[in-house]
Parts: sequence; C-alpha cells; structure tokens
Amino acid sequence: MSDYSVPALKPISKLRAAGSKLWIFSVWALTLFFVVNLIGIIAAVITSSFGTRWLRAWFPAGFTPHWYISAWDEFQLGNILATTFEVVGAVVFLCALIGVPAAYAMARRDFAGKRAFMLLFLLPLLVPSVTFGIPLATVLYKFGLGGTIWGVIAANLVPTVPFVILIMIPFIEQIDPRMEAAARVFGAGTVRMFLHVMLPLLAPGILAALLLVLVRTLGMFELSFLTAGPTSQTLVVALYYGVFAAGVRPVQSIDAMAVIYMVTSLVWLLVALQFVNPTQIVARSKRSAGP
Amino acid sequence: MSDAPALRTRLAARGFDGITLLVLPAALLIAGLFIYPFAYGLYLSFRPKDGSVFGNYLKFIADPYLYETIGRTLWLALPVTLLNLFFAVPVAFRVRLMHRQRLLTTILVLPITLGTVLVAEGMLNYFGPQGWFMRSLHLIGLANFGSFRLVHNYWGVFISLIITGFPFTFLLTLSYVTGIDPALEQAAATLGARAMERFRAVFLPLLAPGMAITFCLSFVQAYAVFPSAVLLGQASGETRVISIAAYQAAFEQYDYSMASAIAMIMAAVQLVIVTAVLALRALAYRGPAGGGKG
Amino acid sequence: MNANASFKTLRLDQVGRDFGAMHALRDLSFEIARGEFVALLGPSGCGKSTALNCIAGLLPTSHGSIWLDDRRIDTLASEDRGFGMVFQNYALFPHMSVRDNVGFGLRMRRVPATQAAPRIERAIATVQLEAQAHKLPGQLSGGQQQRVAIARAIAIDPPLVLMDEPLSNLDAKLRLEMRAEIRRIHQGLGCITIYVTHDQDEALSLADRIVVLRDGAVRQIGTPQELYAKPAHLDIADFMGFRNQLRGTLVQQNAFPANVSVGLQFGDSTLFGFTRETVSGGQAVAAIRPEDMQIVGAGEAGVDAIVDAIEYRGRSFFASAHMKDGQKLYFASADRLELGSVVRLGASPQHVLVYSGA
Repeated sequence: MSDYSVPALKPISKLRAAGSKLWIFSVWALTLFFVVNLIGIIAAVITSSFGTRWLRAWFPAGFTPHWYISAWDEFQLGNILATTFEVVGAVVFLCALIGVPAAYAMARRDFAGKRAFMLLFLLPLLVPSVTFGIPLATVLYKFGLGGTIWGVIAANLVPTVPFVILIMIPFIEQIDPRMEAAARVFGAGTVRMFLHVMLPLLAPGILAALLLVLVRTLGMFELSFLTAGPTSQTLVVALYYGVFAAGVRPVQSIDAMAVIYMVTSLVWLLVALQFVNPTQIVARSKRSAGP
Repeated sequence: MSDAPALRTRLAARGFDGITLLVLPAALLIAGLFIYPFAYGLYLSFRPKDGSVFGNYLKFIADPYLYETIGRTLWLALPVTLLNLFFAVPVAFRVRLMHRQRLLTTILVLPITLGTVLVAEGMLNYFGPQGWFMRSLHLIGLANFGSFRLVHNYWGVFISLIITGFPFTFLLTLSYVTGIDPALEQAAATLGARAMERFRAVFLPLLAPGMAITFCLSFVQAYAVFPSAVLLGQASGETRVISIAAYQAAFEQYDYSMASAIAMIMAAVQLVIVTAVLALRALAYRGPAGGGKG
Repeated sequence: MNANASFKTLRLDQVGRDFGAMHALRDLSFEIARGEFVALLGPSGCGKSTALNCIAGLLPTSHGSIWLDDRRIDTLASEDRGFGMVFQNYALFPHMSVRDNVGFGLRMRRVPATQAAPRIERAIATVQLEAQAHKLPGQLSGGQQQRVAIARAIAIDPPLVLMDEPLSNLDAKLRLEMRAEIRRIHQGLGCITIYVTHDQDEALSLADRIVVLRDGAVRQIGTPQELYAKPAHLDIADFMGFRNQLRGTLVQQNAFPANVSVGLQFGDSTLFGFTRETVSGGQAVAAIRPEDMQIVGAGEAGVDAIVDAIEYRGRSFFASAHMKDGQKLYFASADRLELGSVVRLGASPQHVLVYSGA
C-alpha cells in the first residue's frame, strides 16, 4: 500500500489553539450571563417581597415580612391555595387513573389503529395551549363548566394525560413481558397481576410522571386562565391578575404572592428532580425510549 | 356460544382484548376535550354574527388591527426561536462534556417550571428603569438611566421569550446532542477531522432532524406567547400578538365565533411553518445516531 | 509525500494516566517495530483501553511520552496524529455510505477526489465489500460494519492501526473469520497494529507480541509462545489455561533431582518443577495444564487423588479429582476411570510452573 501516498496533516497553529480557547470562553461567558440574569430576576422578586421602600436604589430601605401577611389577606391566598391544590390533586389523580392504563395498553398491545391513537395523544402536546384553550373554553362555557373548578380540571387534563402516556410507554416497554406471563402461570388474574406485579414495578415511573404533571399543572397559566372564573382561580392565574392590575396594590404585595407561588412550585420541582432528569420536563426521556 | 371464542380469538389476533380497551378512557377524554372543541371551534368560526359563512375570516383579512397580529407574532417568535437555537447548540456541545451537568440543567429548568407570569413579574423589577440590570449598565458606564427601556415594549417580550424559551430549547437540544454516540466524534478525530470539521461533517447532519423538531416545539411555544406580551409589552401596540386578539374577541367582546376564527388562523399559520420545517427535515438523514448495532 | 512512510518504531516511555486519585495506567514502556502486531491483553478495567486511547490521543496522558521515531506525538491532538482506529462499536458515520465513510480521512486531508477514489476502492477491496460500497452502515450486518470500520482506518495509510476489542460484538463463528481477516490485512499493510482484547485466544493467535496488563501496570511482555509456555505470574498462568493450581510446601533443595529448580510437597507426595518467580516462605503454588497431567505409576513423583467426575471429550476423557487436603485437580485420561478410585497424577517437571504462594 505504499505505492501511493497520503499528504501529511496541516501543522497545528497557535492561532487555532487560541481561537478554540476563546470560543470555549465565550460559550461559558454567555451561559454565565444568562444564569446570572435569571438568578437576578428571581432574586429581585424575593428582595422586593421583603422590602419596605425600594426606589432609585440598589436595595430597599429596610426589610419586613409584613407584605406576606397583607398579601395573604388581600388576595385571599387561603382560598386560592385551596383551589389550586384541589385542581392539582384532581388532575394528578385523574391522570394516574386514565393515563397509566392507556399507556399500558399502548405499550403492550399492537392493535390496528395504534398509530392513530398515538397521533391523538401527541396532538395536545404539539398544539400550544392558547390555541386549543380558546375553543375548549368556548365549549366548556357552552356546557356550563366554564368558570367552575371542574372546567379548570378538565382543561388541565388535556395536555397532562397525553404527557403521562408518552412518559409511561417507554417505561412500561422496558419491563420484561415475561414477568406478567410468569404471574399468570402462577395463577394471578388480571387485576391481581396488575396490583401485585405491575404496580410495584411501575411505581417509580408513575411517581415521576405524576410529579411532573403536578409541577406542570401548578405552572399551567393559559388553560387555567381561559377556563377559570372568579372562584376557581389557581395561584398562577391570581398572580397574573395581580401583575396585570399593578398599581392597584403595592408591588411588594404582588411579589410576596409571587414568592409564595414560587415556593409551592419549587418544593415540588425539587421533589420531582429526585426522580427525574431535568431534560424530562421538556421532553420524554429519549434514553429509555431508544432501542 | 360456539361463535364467541372464535370472535374473541380473531379480535385477539388483531391485538384487541381486554387490555386494549384500557386505552379508551384516555382516547375519549382527548376526543371530547381536544378534538371536539377544535372541530366545534372550526364550525363556529364559519357561523359569524353577521350570518355569512366567511364573515370572520374576511373581517380578519380586512382589519389591519387583526391581520397585523400575525406579522407581529412572527416578528417575535421567529427571531427568538432562531436565536435560542443558535445559542443552544454550542452550549449543549460544551455541557455534553461536563461531568456535573445536573446543577446547570436544574437552574435552567427553573424558568420553565415557574412559567411566564412569574418571569414577567421578576423582569418588570429586574429589567425595569431602576432595576438591577439597568443599574449595573449605568454603573459600568454602558447606559444612562432612561436612555432606553427593556420593559413595556417589544424587547421586554423578546427577553422574556429568551428567558423561558432558551432553557426549553437548550434542554431539548442537549437530549439530542447526548444521544449521539461520542465514539463517532472520536472516530472523526482519529481520521484527522478538526473540531469544526467534526461538527460540520458528523454532528450537524445527525443533529439536523432533532434540530428541526426542536425548532418546531420552541417556535410553537414562542408563537403562543400570551401573558408576557400583555405584562411586558404593549398589548394594544407593537406586541399585540395573535393570541391577544383571540383572547379579546372571546373574553372582552364575547364574540366566540370570531375568537374561534382567530384561533383557527393561529393554528393554520403555525401548521404552515411547522410543516415547512418538517418538509426540510425529510431531506436530512433520519435514523439512529449510534455508531453501530450496539 | 507521506510523512509517516519512513518511520521505524513507536516507543512508549513510562506512559501513565490518572483519573483523580486512581491510576488507570502506570509506567507503560515498550517499543514496537514497524510491521509488528501487538496485543494489549487483560481483564476489563486493567487499563488496556486507557492505553489505547492515550496512544490515539483521545485521552491526554498524565505522565510519560510517546514517540514515533524521534518525533514526540503525545502532545499532538488526535486529529494531528494520523493513526487509524477501529472502535469496539465500529463508530461508523450512520449518515454516510460505506464509500463516504472509508473516504472520510482522505477528505479531511483535502486529497483531491480523483486521487482519493482509487484509494477508497482499494481499501474497500481489501475488506471485500465492493458490492456494499453504496449502502448506509445501517443496512449492513455486524461483520460487514466491522469491515467498513477497518477499511476506514486503513484508507489513510496510517503508520499505526489501533483496534479496540473490534470483534467483541460479533458472534463466535464470525469472530474466527474476522480474526484471520485482520491478520491478513495487517500483513498486507506493513504498519504497526495495536490490538486491545480481553480474549487470550485472540491475542495468542493474532499477535507477534502480547502486553499483559493488570491494574494499570504491565505484568508481562512476550511472544505468544513465551506467554503460553512460561507465564510470568500465576494470574497470567490462570489466563493461559493452567487450570491446576496446587498449593504445597516447599521441599529442601537437597531433596529434589539436580535438573529441576523446585519441589513442592503435598502431604506425603511431591511434584518437581521450575520456578517462574521468586518463591519464599514455606508455601508455593504449582500450576499445571490439565492436558499435561498424567496418571503415573505408584513409585513416581506425583500426587494421589480421588476421582470425582469424568466426562467424555471425543478423543479422551476429562476428569476431575480431589487430593486428601481437598484441593481440586483436573486432568485428561485415556480410559474411563471409576468414580471414587484413587489415582496417582504426575507431570514432567518442565510442565510444572511454580509461583509464589502469597
């Protein structure tokens, strides 16, 4: 093979090494800039919620916790929190009840029209919530559900049930079907097989999926906003109205509500992150879905 | 009696049995709460108040206050999406090499979890005329107070879409980037490919399909911008996006027919762009991004 | 011109690699002449892949240096070394045809298409994949993908071809075929091939020289014949099929014949052999291949054992037995032995290797 030759590679230049260092540096600098501003935004809300007077200065003149007390009364946060957790609880429960069995069927059976069902479950995740929220709100109002807590729950099920299904399908697929076969051989019926064999195996996946549903529902603004009435506002909707009507109430009071919202969301996010990878919040895990 | 097992067997052979039925509640739910409202909305959009069939759509085309919302929405959503994608790819390539990605990904997941409303409230303070950002610029001599504004205009919405959109785009991109077998890059390196050449010849073609999907999902998010356009922009001016028009028709004018028509137009524009991107994607290599059977 | 055409040797000088406090590779030093086929052999985690990645430039070294003649290469980036590498999972570019995969290295060197084409075809012909040249890797079988990976590595005419367990993803039959292929291709190229494997059969049949690694350090370097006949340590002997490892007591120098170097006592019986490493203290281990153990007469040197099991192996029987102190023995026998019968087993001293018992 030595009758022909291959040219040697270009010699390395110092310029190239420097350019590569500069490139790496700028990527990190940019990321850092983003993260610093992000933290700044969150810190500004927290600082303001504890501040007394904050005008034309780096920091408020003094610090006080009393905005939390006034926000609690002014915005009737007790009621709003109760509504929020009723909505979230119902959505999580119904997602488990409806989504997990559907995911099981999709993962274990290969039936005619399965692709059509898959498309049906993908669509609500691909269409942004404002787009389908307006016709959905129209229909809910037509049936008298609009403005009630049931309307808010129903609307929130539209993106969350498919979300649970899509997360659970790869999770169920990776469980060996022979496990179920073995349970049947030993005489377990469908219900007992599910309760004693599948449920314990699926528990981590279900838990992760439901925690993600919980976090998403807490933060779901558009659908709750379009379907909620005055008595069925969730926390994020109340926050929107608070910010929207800025000037009516002191900004620190709104910030106090924002912090309360932030804390409720982040507690659950932290719990969820014990079980899932952050990337799963935006996309179903490709790792487990892959071959 | 003799037919029953035969029917069951035939159904089971096609994949239908008791387990398959479990899919029905979810399917009915989505049919009732997603497909039906969409179909009903489409029907309603052709029943305008004036009794004609295309009245709503004609009104939309005729009224600049309405049709200009499409342009305004795209003028926000397209640059933001492209910018997010443009920055997400190099950052994802760096983060891919990190051993402890968890802290960064956790920080980045915050704005997605907290949502646009909270980010809007924080931005009003942070990017406001007396906020920390402006103060910092003033401190290092880059800008005077009041020389320009970053909230209650186009840029306010733009920044908020970057802050909530970039993490989304980035995390999605990261999941695609880490899905590419690192041995492919090593193989390219041993064959003499420099970093840029490795990116162009190996990563880019393998990433392209994933990037198309990421673009579509990020675009759809930005396109449906609503709360930040109201809170951080000028809801009746330069950031009057299409979702505001639809919301006002429904909940301020109580013209559900018109609102449905706007929602349908919104869905259609989005569909056109997504379809165009996915058509481009069909030209690229699609398949496993692994280096072998393994 | 080919910068690599005239090199004579590759030399590793005390190459080491640390991961934090862990020494994945320590003081690896050896020299390989052009045309040699060297296997790095060892169990997983022994540092053989680390060594290969350091040579390829995919991992920076922590200590030492690597030289191609008098040119230091461990400071170069992987893309500047110009070595060919075959990866365990092939790492073929899934979006490129076989031809484009093979031509990748030439494209990166800006070889004009007219000059590149015949080289690509020749590399494809070397691995006998002419009929598949237009296909994508996903359309090929595992063995064919492996051939593409080899063709891609050799198309750039590298001074050094590095192979990282290239056959471990193939089934047994294909593995034997590809083994012969790799040897043939190597002989046709005249370059250095470094081949990483955990399979001693592969190393013995392919390599001119074998470097045995363990815990990041070299245990033995030698030809396959040397390794097979005279493993330097007990763990290598174990690797090389010395299945009988009998722990016994060293006997005094004056108690054994003059032409052997050591004697080991098991109860009232004795085996004579040659030491492979310094033995001290009272105890040592004798390593003997089952096929070298024979039934001997009652008066000869050997150990007594009770037959536990016997199985038919075509030409002969393969038996296991145990000594009075419980140690297991394996040996070949021409006859079907009665279970429970007592036999005396011996081996000629040159087949008995004695290692330190520590």
